Amino acid sequence: MASKTKTQLNVMQQLKDIEEQFQTLQILNEDGQVVNEADMPDLSDEQLQELMTRMVYTRILDQRSISLNRQGRLGFYAPTAGQEASQLASQYALEKEDFILPGYRDVPQLVWHGLPLSQAFLWSRGHFEGMKIPEGVNVLHPQIIIGAQYVQTTGVALGMKKRGAKSVAITYTGDGGTSQGDFYEGINFAGAYKAPAIFIVQNNRFAISTPVDKQSAAKTLAQKAVAAGIPGIQVDGMDPLAVYAAVHEARERAVNGEGPTLIETLTYRYGPHTMAGDDPTRYRTADLDNEWEKKDPLVRFRKFLEAKGLWNEEKESAVIEKAKEDIKEAIKVADAAPKQKVTDLMSIMYEEMPQNLKEQFELYKAKESK
Amino acid sequence: MAQMTMIQAITDALRTELRNDPNVLVFGEDVGVNGGVFRATEGLQKEFGEERVFDTPLAESGIGGLAVGLALQGYRPVPEIQFFGFVFEVMDSISGQLARMRYRSGGRYHSPVTIRSPFGGGVHTPDMHADSLEGLMAQQPGLKVVIPSTPYDAKGLLISSIRDNDPVIFLEHMKLYRSFRQEVPEGEYSIPLGKADVKREGTDLSIITYGAMVHESLKAADELAKEGYSVEVIDLRTIAPLDIETIVASVEKTGRAIVVQEAQKQAGIAAQVVAEINDRAILSLEAPVLRVAAPDTVFPFPQAEAVWLPNYKDVIETSKKVLTF
Repeated sequence: MASKTKTQLNVMQQLKDIEEQFQTLQILNEDGQVVNEADMPDLSDEQLQELMTRMVYTRILDQRSISLNRQGRLGFYAPTAGQEASQLASQYALEKEDFILPGYRDVPQLVWHGLPLSQAFLWSRGHFEGMKIPEGVNVLHPQIIIGAQYVQTTGVALGMKKRGAKSVAITYTGDGGTSQGDFYEGINFAGAYKAPAIFIVQNNRFAISTPVDKQSAAKTLAQKAVAAGIPGIQVDGMDPLAVYAAVHEARERAVNGEGPTLIETLTYRYGPHTMAGDDPTRYRTADLDNEWEKKDPLVRFRKFLEAKGLWNEEKESAVIEKAKEDIKEAIKVADAAPKQKVTDLMSIMYEEMPQNLKEQFELYKAKESK
Repeated sequence: MAQMTMIQAITDALRTELRNDPNVLVFGEDVGVNGGVFRATEGLQKEFGEERVFDTPLAESGIGGLAVGLALQGYRPVPEIQFFGFVFEVMDSISGQLARMRYRSGGRYHSPVTIRSPFGGGVHTPDMHADSLEGLMAQQPGLKVVIPSTPYDAKGLLISSIRDNDPVIFLEHMKLYRSFRQEVPEGEYSIPLGKADVKREGTDLSIITYGAMVHESLKAADELAKEGYSVEVIDLRTIAPLDIETIVASVEKTGRAIVVQEAQKQAGIAAQVVAEINDRAILSLEAPVLRVAAPDTVFPFPQAEAVWLPNYKDVIETSKKVLTF
């Protein structure tokens, strides 16, 4: 039997000490009561209502997207219900000039940053017009390669720093994504360059069917910031005010030249991983689902706003109706997009077509004109 | 005009573009104060400052991501991968990301990035330094792949690569860095990408090649001339896209061709050149198009380079097979 040395004991204490530094930031509890006045963000009544509006709208967008996907009117779709606080309150803390590098589940942030809904639908269907981002909207297409958005974010942030811009690059990944090499390289480069970046980890506890404790023995994901020597913070990702406060503060630090922050949001997706046949009942219990539904960000924020006299059923119905109308209209616009031709795909490969493509372009042009 | 080695011509091209365009950024492992492990970026940080020429943490994938992100902010990144054998660490940033940016965004974004990287055998480097992996890059839509063989070509092609608004992989053969000097014009000049160069004119056989094999082929052509054969040597200079016009015109003239590469037979781009000739000039061929390439093993342990790497003797042997078919 190995003898217990003093060193061994200290190592166990070291893990505990680290863990203690990453307590969950919460402002609103499940009943919508403020449990942390000190960190309360400075938001006007109108801003609070706007944040609720966006969360309700996005819940409807998720419900309609799932339904449109089942009807075959949308393609790839990664459900977002449950993550409204994490996704929308973080985006709400940004300015227009901030640049978003989303993961594949982060379409709502793009929409609220200025991407027309019809284009989000075209991206889901697989049409190149979907991610022809309008000028002045600072977002990239949703990243499919998990982790790639992290290393790219550092590049965008360093670019902003070199230009002397007072803006940030923000990116999102999931709990599974923290196991990737690019996750670590991204936060480490940003730390080394003191780049104005905000790295968000949306920990919804599952990477498809793999629970977070199979990803790492680390007790929090926020503490992975320590490896990069940057601040890390864990927030209640079902609490819009805590998420807003954390991102707002990280943004302030970044634009003041103090470097990046890693933010872990503890959240949950009520739906499947994607609509491509994933069945969460194979790996999640109904008890766990119920436990997280009690933490619903809409429920607690609704209670909070109702108590302040800022929200009621009538307001919520109006948002729901507006969302449904917008979605109907956006699907119509998407339907009207011209079908893609091979010559279109060739035209967007290079600024000037190389010889092989020029040749193939003529062949396909002839085919298409038949 | 000045007598320059290829490495000096490369430094000169980088200096020219750093001066011309404030968006050009040079970065990588040890390219700053150290001036690069081969001195390719010697003196550049001193002249242009740490904002323009800077070191990175030791992580190729992170360097690739940095290039993608800086390009999204309007910069013209010229990152370095210290040895091209390390490209596997950054394959996603290159093939999965940079190469696809313009297409994925429907033209909204693009990636004016030039990745410089040394490769090539003959200098007894350790494992994973000298491998010829250009074939992997040439198979990726969205990239251009440039491989110079002379100081003059290196400067003009690097200036063109940096000015190109799409990603270019610029591969520098280590054995050619300082093996000879050549007259290189001062100031800026450019050589179009995708254009081959006839390094020697001939009428009996076309040798199509690139990189260090250009010089082996020229040496072979000298020897063959002594036996009365007139050999044309085409230096591809850009291996993706290929200069089909120059290749086909030469084969139509000579009626015989071989393709010479340093990479293994199953790698490189020789098979692609053979296929293009078969598609376009089969009626001109007096003999099949044969290939000179390395054996299909992992790149040799340093002491085995001499017996493994293709050289001018292999070129002569294969040329004769085709000339006497």
